[in-house]
Amino acid sequence: MSGITRRQALGVAAGAAAGLAAAGAAHAAVQPAEPRPQGATAAPGSFDEVYKGRRIQGGPTHDGGHGGGHHGGHGAGYTVRIDGEELHVMRNADGTWISVINHYEPRATPKALARAAVTELQGAALVPLALG
Amino acid sequence: MTVRKNQAQLTADEKRRFVNALLALKRNGQYDSFVTTHNAFIMSDTDNGDRVGHRSPSFLPWHRRFLIQFEQALQSVDPSVALPYWDWTADRTTASSLWAADFLGGTGRARDGQVMDGPFAAASGGWAVNVRVDGRNFLRRALGSGGRQLPTKAEVDSVLAMSTYDAPPWNSSSDGFRNHLEGWRGVNLHNRVHVWVGGQMATGVSPNDPVFWLHHAFIDRLWSEWQRRHPDSPYLPAAGTPNVVDLRDTMRPWNDVTPADMLDHRPYYTYDTAA
Repeated sequence: MSGITRRQALGVAAGAAAGLAAAGAAHAAVQPAEPRPQGATAAPGSFDEVYKGRRIQGGPTHDGGHGGGHHGGHGAGYTVRIDGEELHVMRNADGTWISVINHYEPRATPKALARAAVTELQGAALVPLALG
Repeated sequence: MTVRKNQAQLTADEKRRFVNALLALKRNGQYDSFVTTHNAFIMSDTDNGDRVGHRSPSFLPWHRRFLIQFEQALQSVDPSVALPYWDWTADRTTASSLWAADFLGGTGRARDGQVMDGPFAAASGGWAVNVRVDGRNFLRRALGSGGRQLPTKAEVDSVLAMSTYDAPPWNSSSDGFRNHLEGWRGVNLHNRVHVWVGGQMATGVSPNDPVFWLHHAFIDRLWSEWQRRHPDSPYLPAAGTPNVVDLRDTMRPWNDVTPADMLDHRPYYTYDTAA
Protein backbone atom coordinates (compact mmCIF):
# COMPACT_ATOMS: atom_id res chain seq x y z
CA MET A 1 0.00 0.00 0.00
CA SER A 2 2.82 2.34 -0.78
CA GLY A 3 1.63 5.78 -1.65
CA ILE A 4 -0.87 5.86 1.18
CA THR A 5 0.38 7.66 4.22
CA ARG A 6 -0.72 6.64 7.65
CA ARG A 7 -2.45 9.97 7.99
CA GLN A 8 -4.45 9.35 4.82
CA ALA A 9 -5.25 5.81 5.86
CA LEU A 10 -6.39 6.71 9.32
CA GLY A 11 -7.92 10.01 8.46
CA VAL A 12 -9.20 10.71 11.90
CA ALA A 13 -11.22 13.75 11.07
CA ALA A 14 -13.06 16.17 13.22
CA GLY A 15 -16.10 15.73 11.03
CA ALA A 16 -16.13 11.96 11.19
CA ALA A 17 -18.34 11.76 14.23
CA ALA A 18 -20.96 14.03 12.69
CA GLY A 19 -20.97 12.03 9.46
CA LEU A 20 -21.25 8.84 11.42
CA ALA A 21 -24.26 10.10 13.31
CA ALA A 22 -25.96 11.15 10.10
CA ALA A 23 -25.29 7.76 8.54
CA GLY A 24 -26.72 5.93 11.50
CA ALA A 25 -29.79 8.11 11.72
CA ALA A 26 -30.61 7.70 8.05
CA HIS A 27 -30.45 3.93 8.21
CA ALA A 28 -31.55 3.03 11.67
CA ALA A 29 -33.77 0.28 10.28
CA VAL A 30 -30.80 -2.02 9.77
CA GLN A 31 -30.59 -4.38 12.69
CA PRO A 32 -27.10 -5.47 13.62
CA ALA A 33 -26.65 -8.97 14.99
CA GLU A 34 -25.25 -7.52 18.17
CA PRO A 35 -27.08 -4.64 19.82
CA ARG A 36 -25.35 -1.31 19.92
CA PRO A 37 -25.75 -0.18 23.52
CA GLN A 38 -25.60 3.49 22.64
CA GLY A 39 -28.37 3.32 20.06
CA ALA A 40 -28.37 3.29 16.31
CA THR A 41 -27.01 6.78 15.88
CA ALA A 42 -23.91 6.29 17.99
CA ALA A 43 -20.69 4.44 17.40
CA PRO A 44 -20.60 0.91 18.77
CA GLY A 45 -18.97 0.40 22.14
CA SER A 46 -15.51 -0.96 22.76
CA PHE A 47 -14.47 -4.59 22.80
CA ASP A 48 -11.31 -6.42 23.78
CA GLU A 49 -11.08 -10.19 23.57
CA VAL A 50 -8.92 -13.07 22.41
CA TYR A 51 -10.43 -14.76 19.36
CA LYS A 52 -8.83 -17.86 17.84
CA GLY A 53 -5.65 -16.97 19.66
CA ARG A 54 -5.48 -13.37 18.45
CA ARG A 55 -6.17 -10.29 20.54
CA ILE A 56 -8.83 -8.16 18.89
CA GLN A 57 -9.71 -4.72 20.17
CA GLY A 58 -12.05 -2.03 19.01
CA GLY A 59 -13.34 1.28 20.17
CA PRO A 60 -14.29 4.80 19.24
CA THR A 61 -11.33 6.87 18.10
CA HIS A 62 -10.54 10.11 19.82
CA ASP A 63 -8.42 12.40 17.73
CA GLY A 64 -4.98 11.75 19.08
CA GLY A 65 -3.21 14.34 16.98
CA HIS A 66 -3.22 12.59 13.63
CA GLY A 67 -3.85 15.98 12.08
CA GLY A 68 -7.52 15.55 11.38
CA GLY A 69 -9.44 17.13 8.59
CA HIS A 70 -8.38 14.70 5.88
CA HIS A 71 -11.43 13.83 3.81
CA GLY A 72 -13.42 12.60 6.77
CA GLY A 73 -14.76 9.09 6.92
CA HIS A 74 -12.24 6.29 6.47
CA GLY A 75 -12.30 4.65 9.88
CA ALA A 76 -15.43 6.60 10.69
CA GLY A 77 -14.15 7.45 14.15
CA TYR A 78 -13.66 3.85 15.19
CA THR A 79 -10.44 1.86 15.41
CA VAL A 80 -9.99 -1.92 15.27
CA ARG A 81 -6.72 -3.66 16.13
CA ILE A 82 -5.54 -7.24 15.72
CA ASP A 83 -2.58 -8.10 17.94
CA GLY A 84 -2.02 -4.37 18.23
CA GLU A 85 -1.88 -3.65 14.51
CA GLU A 86 -4.61 -1.45 13.10
CA LEU A 87 -7.11 -3.00 10.70
CA HIS A 88 -8.50 -0.45 8.26
CA VAL A 89 -12.27 -0.41 8.73
CA MET A 90 -15.11 1.57 7.25
CA ARG A 91 -18.73 2.03 8.21
CA ASN A 92 -21.35 1.74 5.51
CA ALA A 93 -24.32 4.08 5.24
CA ASP A 94 -26.64 1.37 6.55
CA GLY A 95 -24.57 1.01 9.71
CA THR A 96 -22.76 -2.19 8.69
CA TRP A 97 -18.98 -2.49 8.59
CA ILE A 98 -16.26 -3.63 6.22
CA SER A 99 -12.50 -3.89 6.51
CA VAL A 100 -9.68 -3.97 4.03
CA ILE A 101 -9.51 -7.75 4.67
CA ASN A 102 -13.22 -8.38 4.06
CA HIS A 103 -14.01 -5.49 1.81
CA TYR A 104 -17.00 -6.81 -0.13
CA GLU A 105 -18.98 -8.55 2.60
CA PRO A 106 -20.39 -6.25 5.30
CA ARG A 107 -20.62 -7.40 8.91
CA ALA A 108 -23.07 -6.08 11.48
CA THR A 109 -20.54 -4.88 14.05
CA PRO A 110 -16.83 -4.05 14.31
CA LYS A 111 -16.36 -7.10 16.54
CA ALA A 112 -17.87 -9.40 13.95
CA LEU A 113 -15.63 -7.71 11.40
CA ALA A 114 -12.52 -8.25 13.52
CA ARG A 115 -13.43 -11.91 14.03
CA ALA A 116 -13.95 -12.35 10.28
CA ALA A 117 -10.53 -10.83 9.64
CA VAL A 118 -8.90 -13.22 12.14
CA THR A 119 -10.53 -16.16 10.38
CA GLU A 120 -9.36 -14.89 7.00
CA LEU A 121 -5.81 -14.26 8.19
CA GLN A 122 -5.32 -17.94 9.21
CA GLY A 123 -2.65 -16.82 11.64
CA ALA A 124 -0.88 -14.41 9.30
CA ALA A 125 0.21 -11.01 10.56
CA LEU A 126 -1.63 -7.91 9.48
CA VAL A 127 0.55 -5.62 7.37
CA PRO A 128 0.89 -2.14 8.87
CA LEU A 129 -1.25 0.45 7.12
CA ALA A 130 1.63 2.73 6.25
CA LEU A 131 4.26 1.29 3.96
CA GLY A 132 5.40 4.46 2.30
CA MET B 1 -9.20 -2.92 -32.91
CA THR B 2 -9.50 -4.44 -29.46
CA VAL B 3 -12.17 -7.13 -29.21
CA ARG B 4 -12.99 -8.37 -25.73
CA LYS B 5 -13.98 -12.02 -25.79
CA ASN B 6 -15.67 -14.40 -23.40
CA GLN B 7 -12.85 -16.16 -21.57
CA ALA B 8 -14.51 -19.52 -22.25
CA GLN B 9 -14.01 -18.98 -26.00
CA LEU B 10 -10.30 -18.15 -25.94
CA THR B 11 -7.91 -20.34 -27.90
CA ALA B 12 -4.90 -21.91 -26.21
CA ASP B 13 -2.71 -19.33 -27.94
CA GLU B 14 -4.87 -16.42 -26.72
CA LYS B 15 -4.70 -17.71 -23.17
CA ARG B 16 -0.95 -18.12 -23.38
CA ARG B 17 -0.46 -14.59 -24.72
CA PHE B 18 -2.73 -13.07 -22.07
CA VAL B 19 -0.93 -14.91 -19.27
CA ASN B 20 2.48 -13.95 -20.62
CA ALA B 21 1.49 -10.29 -20.84
CA LEU B 22 0.29 -10.37 -17.22
CA LEU B 23 3.57 -11.93 -16.11
CA ALA B 24 5.53 -9.29 -18.05
CA LEU B 25 3.65 -6.43 -16.35
CA LYS B 26 4.29 -8.13 -13.03
CA ARG B 27 8.01 -8.31 -13.75
CA ASN B 28 8.35 -4.68 -14.80
CA GLY B 29 6.42 -3.38 -11.79
CA GLN B 30 3.49 -1.89 -13.67
CA TYR B 31 1.10 -4.53 -12.41
CA ASP B 32 1.58 -3.69 -8.76
CA SER B 33 0.96 -0.01 -9.41
CA PHE B 34 -2.57 -0.91 -10.50
CA VAL B 35 -3.08 -2.84 -7.25
CA THR B 36 -1.83 0.13 -5.25
CA THR B 37 -4.15 2.54 -7.03
CA HIS B 38 -7.16 0.31 -6.52
CA ASN B 39 -6.53 -0.13 -2.82
CA ALA B 40 -6.01 3.59 -2.31
CA PHE B 41 -9.47 4.23 -3.72
CA ILE B 42 -11.02 1.32 -1.80
CA MET B 43 -9.76 2.85 1.44
CA SER B 44 -10.66 6.45 0.65
CA ASP B 45 -14.07 6.09 -1.05
CA THR B 46 -16.59 6.62 1.75
CA ASP B 47 -20.37 6.87 1.86
CA ASN B 48 -20.35 10.29 3.48
CA GLY B 49 -17.21 11.75 1.92
CA ASP B 50 -15.49 11.91 -1.45
CA ARG B 51 -16.21 8.76 -3.41
CA VAL B 52 -14.97 8.03 -6.90
CA GLY B 53 -14.00 4.42 -7.58
CA HIS B 54 -16.59 2.62 -5.49
CA ARG B 55 -19.95 3.01 -3.72
CA SER B 56 -20.83 5.88 -6.03
CA PRO B 57 -22.22 6.55 -9.51
CA SER B 58 -18.71 6.68 -10.97
CA PHE B 59 -18.03 3.06 -9.95
CA LEU B 60 -18.78 2.04 -13.55
CA PRO B 61 -16.96 4.76 -15.55
CA TRP B 62 -14.04 4.68 -13.08
CA HIS B 63 -13.52 0.95 -13.56
CA ARG B 64 -14.02 1.28 -17.32
CA ARG B 65 -11.16 3.80 -17.44
CA PHE B 66 -9.08 1.69 -15.06
CA LEU B 67 -9.50 -1.40 -17.27
CA ILE B 68 -8.71 0.55 -20.44
CA GLN B 69 -5.48 1.74 -18.86
CA PHE B 70 -4.63 -1.80 -17.80
CA GLU B 71 -5.51 -3.22 -21.21
CA GLN B 72 -3.27 -0.64 -22.87
CA ALA B 73 -0.44 -1.69 -20.56
CA LEU B 74 -0.98 -5.31 -21.61
CA GLN B 75 -0.96 -4.24 -25.25
CA SER B 76 2.34 -2.44 -24.77
CA VAL B 77 3.72 -5.92 -24.10
CA ASP B 78 1.69 -7.79 -26.72
CA PRO B 79 -0.56 -5.76 -29.06
CA SER B 80 -2.69 -8.82 -29.82
CA VAL B 81 -3.98 -9.08 -26.24
CA ALA B 82 -7.42 -7.88 -25.14
CA LEU B 83 -9.07 -8.28 -21.76
CA PRO B 84 -11.37 -11.31 -21.70
CA TYR B 85 -14.52 -11.28 -19.62
CA TRP B 86 -15.82 -13.94 -17.22
CA ASP B 87 -19.56 -14.51 -17.45
CA TRP B 88 -19.97 -15.97 -13.98
CA THR B 89 -23.66 -16.66 -14.62
CA ALA B 90 -22.58 -19.27 -17.18
CA ASP B 91 -19.17 -20.46 -15.95
CA ARG B 92 -20.17 -20.79 -12.34
CA THR B 93 -18.30 -23.77 -10.91
CA THR B 94 -14.73 -24.50 -9.91
CA ALA B 95 -14.63 -26.92 -12.86
CA SER B 96 -14.76 -24.05 -15.36
CA SER B 97 -11.86 -23.90 -17.82
CA LEU B 98 -11.15 -20.46 -16.35
CA TRP B 99 -9.60 -22.19 -13.33
CA ALA B 100 -7.53 -24.73 -15.27
CA ALA B 101 -3.77 -24.88 -14.94
CA ASP B 102 -3.28 -23.46 -18.45
CA PHE B 103 -5.14 -20.27 -17.55
CA LEU B 104 -5.69 -18.83 -14.06
CA GLY B 105 -5.12 -21.95 -11.96
CA GLY B 106 -7.59 -23.26 -9.40
CA THR B 107 -8.66 -22.73 -5.84
CA GLY B 108 -6.36 -22.56 -2.83
CA ARG B 109 -5.49 -25.37 -0.50
CA ALA B 110 -7.30 -25.51 2.83
CA ARG B 111 -4.37 -24.93 5.14
CA ASP B 112 -3.42 -21.44 4.00
CA GLY B 113 -5.49 -20.69 0.90
CA GLN B 114 -2.47 -20.96 -1.34
CA VAL B 115 -3.12 -21.45 -5.06
CA MET B 116 -1.00 -24.47 -6.03
CA ASP B 117 -1.34 -24.69 -9.82
CA GLY B 118 -1.28 -22.48 -12.86
CA PRO B 119 1.01 -19.62 -13.87
CA PHE B 120 0.19 -17.50 -10.81
CA ALA B 121 0.94 -20.13 -8.16
CA ALA B 122 3.71 -19.15 -5.79
CA ALA B 123 5.82 -22.10 -6.95
CA SER B 124 5.94 -20.62 -10.46
CA GLY B 125 8.07 -17.83 -9.05
CA GLY B 126 6.51 -15.10 -11.15
CA TRP B 127 3.65 -13.85 -9.02
CA ALA B 128 4.73 -12.50 -5.64
CA VAL B 129 1.96 -10.60 -3.88
CA ASN B 130 3.82 -7.42 -2.96
CA VAL B 131 0.99 -4.95 -2.36
CA ARG B 132 -0.73 -6.75 0.45
CA VAL B 133 -2.79 -6.37 3.58
CA ASP B 134 -1.41 -9.37 5.43
CA GLY B 135 1.94 -11.08 5.68
CA ARG B 136 1.33 -13.71 3.04
CA ASN B 137 3.02 -13.04 -0.30
CA PHE B 138 1.35 -15.85 -2.29
CA LEU B 139 -1.85 -15.79 -4.31
CA ARG B 140 -4.79 -17.17 -2.34
CA ARG B 141 -8.31 -18.25 -3.28
CA ALA B 142 -11.22 -20.08 -1.68
CA LEU B 143 -13.56 -20.57 -4.62
CA GLY B 144 -17.15 -20.95 -3.45
CA SER B 145 -16.15 -21.48 0.15
CA GLY B 146 -18.93 -21.91 2.66
CA GLY B 147 -21.27 -23.07 -0.10
CA ARG B 148 -21.56 -19.61 -1.63
CA GLN B 149 -23.16 -19.38 -5.06
CA LEU B 150 -22.35 -17.05 -7.92
CA PRO B 151 -25.20 -14.86 -9.19
CA THR B 152 -27.60 -16.42 -11.66
CA LYS B 153 -28.71 -15.14 -15.05
CA ALA B 154 -32.14 -14.43 -13.57
CA GLU B 155 -30.58 -12.32 -10.83
CA VAL B 156 -28.55 -10.40 -13.40
CA ASP B 157 -31.67 -9.83 -15.49
CA SER B 158 -33.52 -8.47 -12.46
CA VAL B 159 -30.82 -5.83 -12.05
CA LEU B 160 -30.59 -5.04 -15.77
CA ALA B 161 -34.33 -4.34 -15.66
CA MET B 162 -33.81 -1.35 -13.33
CA SER B 163 -34.32 1.72 -15.47
CA THR B 164 -32.73 4.36 -13.21
CA TYR B 165 -28.94 4.52 -13.35
CA ASP B 166 -28.39 5.69 -9.78
CA ALA B 167 -30.20 7.60 -7.05
CA PRO B 168 -29.58 9.83 -4.04
CA PRO B 169 -27.75 9.55 -1.73
CA TRP B 170 -25.41 8.23 -4.45
CA ASN B 171 -23.66 5.72 -2.20
CA SER B 172 -23.90 2.16 -0.85
CA SER B 173 -27.47 2.71 0.30
CA SER B 174 -28.80 3.89 -3.07
CA ASP B 175 -31.56 2.32 -5.08
CA GLY B 176 -31.08 1.96 -8.83
CA PHE B 177 -29.02 -0.01 -11.32
CA ARG B 178 -25.50 1.00 -10.27
CA ASN B 179 -25.77 0.02 -6.61
CA HIS B 180 -27.59 -3.22 -7.33
CA LEU B 181 -24.92 -4.13 -9.87
CA GLU B 182 -22.17 -3.13 -7.46
CA GLY B 183 -23.93 -5.24 -4.85
CA TRP B 184 -24.26 -3.17 -1.69
CA ARG B 185 -28.00 -3.58 -2.00
CA GLY B 186 -30.36 -6.25 -3.31
CA VAL B 187 -29.42 -9.58 -4.89
CA ASN B 188 -25.74 -8.53 -4.92
CA LEU B 189 -23.83 -9.11 -8.13
CA HIS B 190 -20.33 -7.57 -8.24
CA ASN B 191 -19.50 -7.75 -4.53
CA ARG B 192 -20.70 -11.32 -4.25
CA VAL B 193 -18.32 -12.49 -6.98
CA HIS B 194 -15.36 -10.98 -5.12
CA VAL B 195 -16.45 -12.89 -2.00
CA TRP B 196 -17.03 -16.14 -3.95
CA VAL B 197 -13.45 -16.10 -5.24
CA GLY B 198 -12.04 -15.33 -1.79
CA GLY B 199 -8.37 -14.79 -1.00
CA GLN B 200 -7.00 -11.46 -2.16
CA MET B 201 -10.11 -10.97 -4.32
CA ALA B 202 -12.12 -10.42 -1.13
CA THR B 203 -9.80 -7.64 0.03
CA GLY B 204 -8.94 -4.10 -0.95
CA VAL B 205 -5.97 -5.43 -2.92
CA SER B 206 -8.23 -7.58 -5.08
CA PRO B 207 -6.38 -6.82 -8.38
CA ASN B 208 -3.61 -9.09 -7.07
CA ASP B 209 -5.68 -11.90 -8.57
CA PRO B 210 -5.77 -11.68 -12.39
CA VAL B 211 -9.42 -12.74 -12.31
CA PHE B 212 -10.14 -9.21 -11.07
CA TRP B 213 -9.83 -7.95 -14.65
CA LEU B 214 -12.07 -10.67 -16.11
CA HIS B 215 -14.70 -10.03 -13.45
CA HIS B 216 -14.69 -6.30 -14.03
CA ALA B 217 -14.69 -6.74 -17.81
CA PHE B 218 -17.98 -8.61 -17.38
CA ILE B 219 -19.38 -5.97 -15.03
CA ASP B 220 -18.41 -3.41 -17.67
CA ARG B 221 -20.18 -5.46 -20.32
CA LEU B 222 -23.32 -5.54 -18.15
CA TRP B 223 -23.25 -1.74 -18.08
CA SER B 224 -23.27 -1.79 -21.88
CA GLU B 225 -26.12 -4.27 -21.87
CA TRP B 226 -28.06 -2.02 -19.50
CA GLN B 227 -27.51 0.97 -21.81
CA ARG B 228 -28.84 -1.06 -24.74
CA ARG B 229 -31.94 -1.96 -22.75
CA HIS B 230 -32.51 1.58 -21.47
CA PRO B 231 -31.34 3.93 -24.24
CA ASP B 232 -33.17 6.88 -22.70
CA SER B 233 -31.73 6.47 -19.19
CA PRO B 234 -28.77 8.80 -18.60
CA TYR B 235 -25.83 8.64 -16.22
CA LEU B 236 -26.80 10.35 -12.98
CA PRO B 237 -26.27 12.74 -11.27
CA ALA B 238 -26.00 15.43 -13.92
CA ALA B 239 -24.41 18.28 -11.99
CA GLY B 240 -23.77 19.99 -8.69
CA THR B 241 -23.53 17.00 -6.33
CA PRO B 242 -21.13 17.30 -3.38
CA ASN B 243 -18.55 14.49 -2.95
CA VAL B 244 -19.83 12.72 -6.08
CA VAL B 245 -18.59 12.68 -9.69
CA ASP B 246 -21.28 14.28 -11.84
CA LEU B 247 -21.60 13.53 -15.54
CA ARG B 248 -19.02 16.12 -16.62
CA ASP B 249 -16.76 16.18 -13.56
CA THR B 250 -13.27 14.78 -13.97
CA MET B 251 -12.35 11.62 -12.13
CA ARG B 252 -9.29 11.07 -9.97
CA PRO B 253 -6.60 9.84 -10.43
CA TRP B 254 -6.52 10.78 -14.12
CA ASN B 255 -8.20 14.19 -13.78
CA ASP B 256 -8.67 14.39 -17.54
CA VAL B 257 -11.58 12.02 -18.06
CA THR B 258 -15.26 12.35 -17.11
CA PRO B 259 -18.10 9.84 -16.89
CA ALA B 260 -19.44 11.43 -20.09
CA ASP B 261 -16.22 10.39 -21.84
CA MET B 262 -16.72 6.78 -20.75
CA LEU B 263 -20.37 6.22 -21.68
CA ASP B 264 -19.52 4.68 -25.06
CA HIS B 265 -16.92 1.89 -24.99
CA ARG B 266 -16.73 1.52 -28.75
CA PRO B 267 -13.89 4.02 -29.31
CA TYR B 268 -11.76 1.76 -27.11
CA TYR B 269 -12.97 -1.81 -27.67
CA THR B 270 -15.84 -3.89 -28.90
CA TYR B 271 -17.20 -7.24 -27.82
CA ASP B 272 -17.17 -10.64 -29.46
CA THR B 273 -20.97 -10.69 -29.38
CA ALA B 274 -23.53 -7.95 -29.01
CA ALA B 275 -23.67 -6.72 -25.44
